[in-house]
Amino acid sequence: MTTPASPYKVIGSRPLRPDGVDKVTGRAVYGADVRLPGMLYGKVLRSPHAHARIVAIDVSAALALRGVRAVVTAQDMPAIGDKIADLGESSVNLRYTSNNLLAHDKVLYYGHAVAAVAAENIHIAEEALALIEVEYEVLPHVLDGKAAMAPDAPILLDDLRTNELGKRGDCPTNVAEHFRHQRGDLAQGFAEADVIVERTFHTATVHQGYIEPQNATALWNEDDQVLVWCSTQGAFSVQEQLAELLQIPLSRVTVTPTEIGGGFGGKINIYLEPLAALLSRKAGHRPVKLVMTRAEVLAATGPTSGSHIRVKMGARRDGVITAAEAELIYEAGAYPGSPVGAGSGVIFAPYRLNNVQVDGYDVVVNRPKAAAYRAPGGTNAVFAAETVVDELAEKLGIDPIEFRLRNAVREGDRRVDGPEYKRIGFIETLEAARNHPHYTAPLTGKHRGRGVAAGFWFNWGGKSSATATVNADGTVNLIEGSTDIGGSRASIAMQLAETLGIPYEDIRPQVVGTASVGYNDVTGGSRTTFGTGWAVYEVGQKLLEEMRVRAADYWDAPVEAVSVANGVFTHNGDAMTFRELASKLDVPVTASASVHPQSYGPGFGVHIVDVEVDVETGKVSILRYTAAQDVGKAIHPSYVEGQLQGGAAQGIGWALNEEYVYDDQGRLLNASLLDYRMPTALDLPMIDTVLVEVHNPGHPYGVRGVGEVPIVPPAAAIANAIYRAIGVRMTELPMSPARIIAAMEMSRSGQG
Amino acid sequence: MHHEVWIPPVHRDLTGGVERVQVEAATVGDVVAALDARYPGMAARLTQDGRLRPGIAVAVDGVIATRGLRQRLPTPGEIHFIPALAGG
Repeated sequence: MTTPASPYKVIGSRPLRPDGVDKVTGRAVYGADVRLPGMLYGKVLRSPHAHARIVAIDVSAALALRGVRAVVTAQDMPAIGDKIADLGESSVNLRYTSNNLLAHDKVLYYGHAVAAVAAENIHIAEEALALIEVEYEVLPHVLDGKAAMAPDAPILLDDLRTNELGKRGDCPTNVAEHFRHQRGDLAQGFAEADVIVERTFHTATVHQGYIEPQNATALWNEDDQVLVWCSTQGAFSVQEQLAELLQIPLSRVTVTPTEIGGGFGGKINIYLEPLAALLSRKAGHRPVKLVMTRAEVLAATGPTSGSHIRVKMGARRDGVITAAEAELIYEAGAYPGSPVGAGSGVIFAPYRLNNVQVDGYDVVVNRPKAAAYRAPGGTNAVFAAETVVDELAEKLGIDPIEFRLRNAVREGDRRVDGPEYKRIGFIETLEAARNHPHYTAPLTGKHRGRGVAAGFWFNWGGKSSATATVNADGTVNLIEGSTDIGGSRASIAMQLAETLGIPYEDIRPQVVGTASVGYNDVTGGSRTTFGTGWAVYEVGQKLLEEMRVRAADYWDAPVEAVSVANGVFTHNGDAMTFRELASKLDVPVTASASVHPQSYGPGFGVHIVDVEVDVETGKVSILRYTAAQDVGKAIHPSYVEGQLQGGAAQGIGWALNEEYVYDDQGRLLNASLLDYRMPTALDLPMIDTVLVEVHNPGHPYGVRGVGEVPIVPPAAAIANAIYRAIGVRMTELPMSPARIIAAMEMSRSGQG
Repeated sequence: MHHEVWIPPVHRDLTGGVERVQVEAATVGDVVAALDARYPGMAARLTQDGRLRPGIAVAVDGVIATRGLRQRLPTPGEIHFIPALAGG
């Protein structure tokens, strides 16, 4: 077999990342490294209760402490009415956001911020926290989504009413929303089935687990300009939220993003920035820095929803799925906004279904407000659905990949919410997984099993802007506003280099803040290589056109007589490289572009995993792991492979160990990385990857988002492998040793 | 221009269970107006303060429209009102 020659010179190669040296030498500037003259240090006082009314707060003793410069509480926040703010990817009710930043009348979860202090040093700030007296009236709490739906459950938000299938309810409730996707005739579909499987599942609350804690430094200047430096997935989103929450004009807020040590969706919402700004204003316009501890990160930011999910599917003997039904209950945390909407779209996305119904419930509980986490809601949903799909295939005696192939969606099939798929690569990905040596490799030994699962993510387009300037030496400065989380400086620079026909090394990318580039949506939804890549493609086209004009001027020729290809301008036998022409420019050449492309293509993944279960301890070891995915055109294959490996690693942690553990008072017991167990290199084998390049026709270079799909299948694939290892279907995440042992005992006693 | 609108399940109480509706419209705003004329209350479900409600997106032939109610519909198409989604 021969591989067709690539039409590209830069795209598809594996150059070094521009930010690599600074990061491995420790010189990269992260938020915690920010130091300004006269800077104060802040700390946040947090609730020790899961649910309590704030009766009184007395900050006088804290303010009297020598070295304390300011204390803020919710009284310092502007009053915010109900207003839905569009954050680009998602929307939030700003009143709830304001209440989450500093509790107003009630604390709604352990770790909820109550007050913040700024002092000359961090030790004084910590001492001052202990001097703030808060009188609480402790209220009953509820941590579980199903329990929160009960008629007698404690109510978190007195004014919350259910949006029940489009109509507003009239009773206090913890259920923010109930929605439904429905198509076809469910009863008829199940009547046609020869086999029906129905199971219920539960998944635990988990955190994104980014290594760098949240941080923010703010200076509220005497001229009412607010300057902020922070670790964020979107500087413009921070700017918008700050302006709304502080009730100041957008133009007075400047946000400069520092390097980011991971986000995975958890650094879109803001937590510290308004507090730092308010403290700065109150402390006589001195800059204030706030940095969370790991315990604060776990207790008060992020996590993604725990969930209860019921799935029922039926299939004929020939392996065709005839009906699928699901009910998803997602815990939103203290305020509405779980990812149940996305989970409901992901749950049956890989399959062609004529009879389908999905009900989603968004439920508030006394846990931190849920934030986005890599394919939000997808892992929970697919753990449930792909376990049932696996069981259907088993009952019908059909190979699990063959079963999926018989039902796989292709172009023209409909998503559960209605729209048709355009060009997608699920079938190619299934075939790649089936053809991989892993799938047919012998697996011997006791208590070992192999599982597979598929996954999906929508991806996203969003708004992107970029600017580029040609330097006299032929290099090009690229100014972009997309936070670089996973190597996007490289993947964006490569697309500009390809467009211009010049070497990748000649592009000098910089990520800048809100004052220095046009608007950019957050780096999220797997959109940056697609959307910002499209922006620099347009920038490149504009630069080439202007350079062509300059070449024509130099040669005193009509513009249309000058050609450009592969970075070389030609006219009537004369030729100049991009670099040569750059050295002759009398007037600088700069180009900008802003885009909002919507032709992003969704992605599908298929994972294969071998596990071994220690039946004495319940520990599950990952023996071998392969992730295949339709990635569109892989701009930088190493970074695409890294995304697949990183997503799989996070999914393995979610599957086997990660969970929030609370005591009976609703206090978080494992707010450290010793007790909240994320996988380390010792827990993981080499994760093999298969890049299936089904180009997205909606992008100049065929790009699809790749970062979110790979966290979706792991939990289901591992559950299916565990079943083949020990004969027990796991229906709860994490599949920790204790749960494995309990499930085996249930199975032995005939209850499982 | 002639379009086929798919009514989301949560709004089929207004259409008496009808799942697909044919409308003549030049923009998404026209679509909402046409639906509301036929099924009163639909505009209140789909829009707020002259814009699509937060959390609702409109897909035209499978592509999410970027201009909301102002989105032009120059060719006959299939229109879905669907939940706006977030990513990480």
